[in-house]
Amino acid sequence: MTKTGYEPLTSIDAITAGLASVGYISTREISTAIYLAHNLRKPILIEGPAGVGKTDLAASMARFLDVPLNRLQCYEGLDEGKALYEWKYGKQLLYTQLLKEKLGEVMDGAGTLDAAFDKLTSFEDLFFSETFLEPRPLLTAMKQDQGSVLLIDEIDKSDEEFEAYLLEVLSDYQVTVPEIGTIRAQVPPLVILTSNNIRELGDALKRRCLHLHIDFPEAEREQAIVRARVPDVSDALLSQMVEFVQGLRDLDIRKRPSISETVDWARTLLLMHATELDEEMVRSTLNVLLKHESDIQAVDKDVRTLARAAASTG
Amino acid sequence: MAEQVLTDFIRALRSADVRVSTGEAIDAAEAVKLIGYSDRQRLSDTLRCVLAKSPAEKLAHDRLFDLYFSRQAIPQSAPEEQQSEESEASSDGPGDLLDLLETGDETAIAMAMERAGQEAGLQEIRFSTQVSYYAQQMMKSLGIERLEREMMDAFRERTDDGQARAEELIEGRKDMFGRAREHAKQAFETYGAGATLAFREDVLAETALTALDVRDLNRMQALVQKIAKRLAVKHSRRRRKKNRGQLDVRKTLRANAGFDGVPFDLAWKQTKRDRAKIVAVCDVSGSVARVVRFFLMLLYSLNEVVPDIESYAFSGRLEDVGDTLETEDFAQAMDKIINSIGMSSTDYGQSLSDLRMNHWNVLDRRTTLIILGDGRSNYGDPRLDLFREAAARVKRVIWLTPEGESLWGSGDSELPRYRPHCHTMKQVTTIKDLERILDEALSRYQ
Repeated sequence: MTKTGYEPLTSIDAITAGLASVGYISTREISTAIYLAHNLRKPILIEGPAGVGKTDLAASMARFLDVPLNRLQCYEGLDEGKALYEWKYGKQLLYTQLLKEKLGEVMDGAGTLDAAFDKLTSFEDLFFSETFLEPRPLLTAMKQDQGSVLLIDEIDKSDEEFEAYLLEVLSDYQVTVPEIGTIRAQVPPLVILTSNNIRELGDALKRRCLHLHIDFPEAEREQAIVRARVPDVSDALLSQMVEFVQGLRDLDIRKRPSISETVDWARTLLLMHATELDEEMVRSTLNVLLKHESDIQAVDKDVRTLARAAASTG
Repeated sequence: MAEQVLTDFIRALRSADVRVSTGEAIDAAEAVKLIGYSDRQRLSDTLRCVLAKSPAEKLAHDRLFDLYFSRQAIPQSAPEEQQSEESEASSDGPGDLLDLLETGDETAIAMAMERAGQEAGLQEIRFSTQVSYYAQQMMKSLGIERLEREMMDAFRERTDDGQARAEELIEGRKDMFGRAREHAKQAFETYGAGATLAFREDVLAETALTALDVRDLNRMQALVQKIAKRLAVKHSRRRRKKNRGQLDVRKTLRANAGFDGVPFDLAWKQTKRDRAKIVAVCDVSGSVARVVRFFLMLLYSLNEVVPDIESYAFSGRLEDVGDTLETEDFAQAMDKIINSIGMSSTDYGQSLSDLRMNHWNVLDRRTTLIILGDGRSNYGDPRLDLFREAAARVKRVIWLTPEGESLWGSGDSELPRYRPHCHTMKQVTTIKDLERILDEALSRYQ
C-alpha cells in the first residue's frame, strides 16, 4: 500500500483536532461526516447558507492533510472540456506543421496509397496521447498518488447535464477519455461538493453523496472562529459582537450576516481601536455586516436594543 | 439483531417521506459497522449524514431517531441479554406474562414487549385505529391466556386468598395491556404517522376544491407547496439547448482564430428556450373564487420556475392584483381581493376591454394566458373580438372552468363562443387538475 496523505484521519476526534490546528473550528457533525467520507470513500455534499465556511472546510482539509486542493468552480454552461480534460489543439497543430517536412521521409517507403495510409494510421496514437492532454481539475484530482482534496464548488450553479456527467467521477473515481481509455484514481480524492440551494439537486447525485448541512454557528462556536481568525480581539468585545450578530440573524432581513462578515467586522472594530460595543460604533460600521441598503434601514430601529443587550453580556 | 434494528429504522424513515435507496441503506450499514452502537450521539450524527439529505429529511430523522432508539434496547449490549432471555423463555414455556408480573423486572418487561411487538408484526402498523388491535396481538403472544386461566382458577377457589390473588392478576393484566398499548402507539408514531399523512394528502388532492373544509386549508397549503416543488424540479432545466448539426459559423471562426482559422473546435448553433411567463386572468365572483384561491396559491408558489407572473382579478371590472399577492400575506391578500373585487356582477366583456386598455402590453409571444372563470357574463357582450386579438398575441390560451362540460353554454354561459380561440378549455375541480394543467403549460417552454 502506498503512503497517502490520509493517514491523520484515524478518528473523529483526530479530525476535529487536526482542523483546529489549521484554524478551522469544526463541529461534531462536520468531523463525523469527514470521517465517514474517508472510510466509506464517498463524496460529501455540503449545503447551507452562504458564508458559513463550506468552501473553507475543503481548503482547511487540504492544509491539514498537506495534500493538493483541486478546485472546480461551477457555473451555468460549464462543460466537460473545462472540468475534465481538453486536447491541446494548438500544440497538436504546431507539431503537425513542424512534422510536415518529415512526412516525405516517413512516406518514402510506401509505394501505394494503402501502404501510405497504414503508415499514417500508426502515428495517430501519437497525437492522442497524454502529451497532448490538458488535464482540468477533475482529471488532475484523479492523478494524484498521494491523495488530494477535490472541491466542486457551487454545484447547484451548473447544468443538470453536467451533474449527470459527474456521477461517473463520484461513484467510481474514474474518468473516461474516449481516445485513451479509462483513467482510474490510484488513491481516490476526498471529494467535497458545495451547494447554496439555488436549484434542487438531482436525486441520483444526492444518493451518491453523504449529506452535511452547515448552518449559522452557535454563539460559542462563532466566538471560537472569530478568535482563530482575529486573535487580537479582546474577550469582552468578542462576546459582545457575537451576541449582536446572533441577534441580527433573528431579524427579518434579506441577507443575514455570515461568519465571514462577523470576522470582517471584528477586524474593522479592531482597526477602530474599539474595546466595547456601543451604539454609535455599531451604526457607523453596520455596512460591514449588512450588504443591502434596505436591510440597514430595516434594522435601524432595532440597533439600540440589540447593542444594549449585547453590551450587557460582555 | 443489530441489522434488524437498522432495517426497521430505515423503514420508519421511509414511512415518514424520507427517501432511502437500497444503496444508501448499504452505506448506512457500513457506516454503523464503523461507528458502532455504543455512542448514541455519534450514531445519530452518522445516520443523519448518510440517510437524510435535506433539512426537512434531517428534521424527520431527528424526530424518529429519538422515538425509535428510546424504546429500542441498544443492541450492543442486547445480544447477551437476549440470549439469556431466550433460554429462560424456552425453559418456562409460553407463560411469560405471569412470570413477568411476578418478578416485576422492568428491563425484562421491556424486552418482552419488544419481542411481542415483533411477533405481532408491529412495524406494519399504519393507522392509529390499529393500536388496540396490535396491543391485543401482543398480549396474545405474551401468553395472556395462561394468565386468564390462572385468574379464573383463583376466582373459583372462592377463598379470600384466591379473591385477592385474582384482583392482583386483574390489576396486572390492566397494567400490561396499558404498556402494550403504549408500545403500539409509539410504533404507530414511528412507522405509521408518515403513512397516514401521505394518505390524507392523497385524499385531499382528489377532493373537489369547492368542497374543502376550512380545517383542510392549512394542510392544503402544505400540499400546494409540495406540488409546486414537484413542478419546479421538473421544469427547472437549462435555458439553452444545443442544436447539434447546425454549425454556428461566426462562433466557430471566433473560437478558432488562434489556430490560424483551421476549424478544430466547432461551435454549434443553440436555440434559446423562452422564459416561462404566465398571465392569469381570474373571475373572483361567486363559486369560482374558491378555485381561484388555490390556483393563485399554486401559481405564486411556482415563482422559482416562472419568473414572470402577472395576475388580474375581475368580476365587473378588472384589476391588477399581482402586487397585493406578492407583498402581503397570501391568505389575507386573497380575502381582500375577493371582498373588494368579487362583489359586483360579472361582466366578461367589460373586463376584457379593461385588459385591452390598461394591460395589453403584458401579452406577448412567450406568454401563456390562463383564464379562470365560468364564462357566465350576465348576457352582456362577451367581446369576442378582443378575446380573439388577445389569443393572437400570446403563445397559448388556456381556459379553466369549475363547471362540467355539460353545463357549458347553458343559460348565460358564453364558454362555447370563447372556446374556438382557446388552445385548451378544461374543467378543473381538484388540485391535481391544476397541477396537470400547469405541468402541461410549462412543458411548452422546453
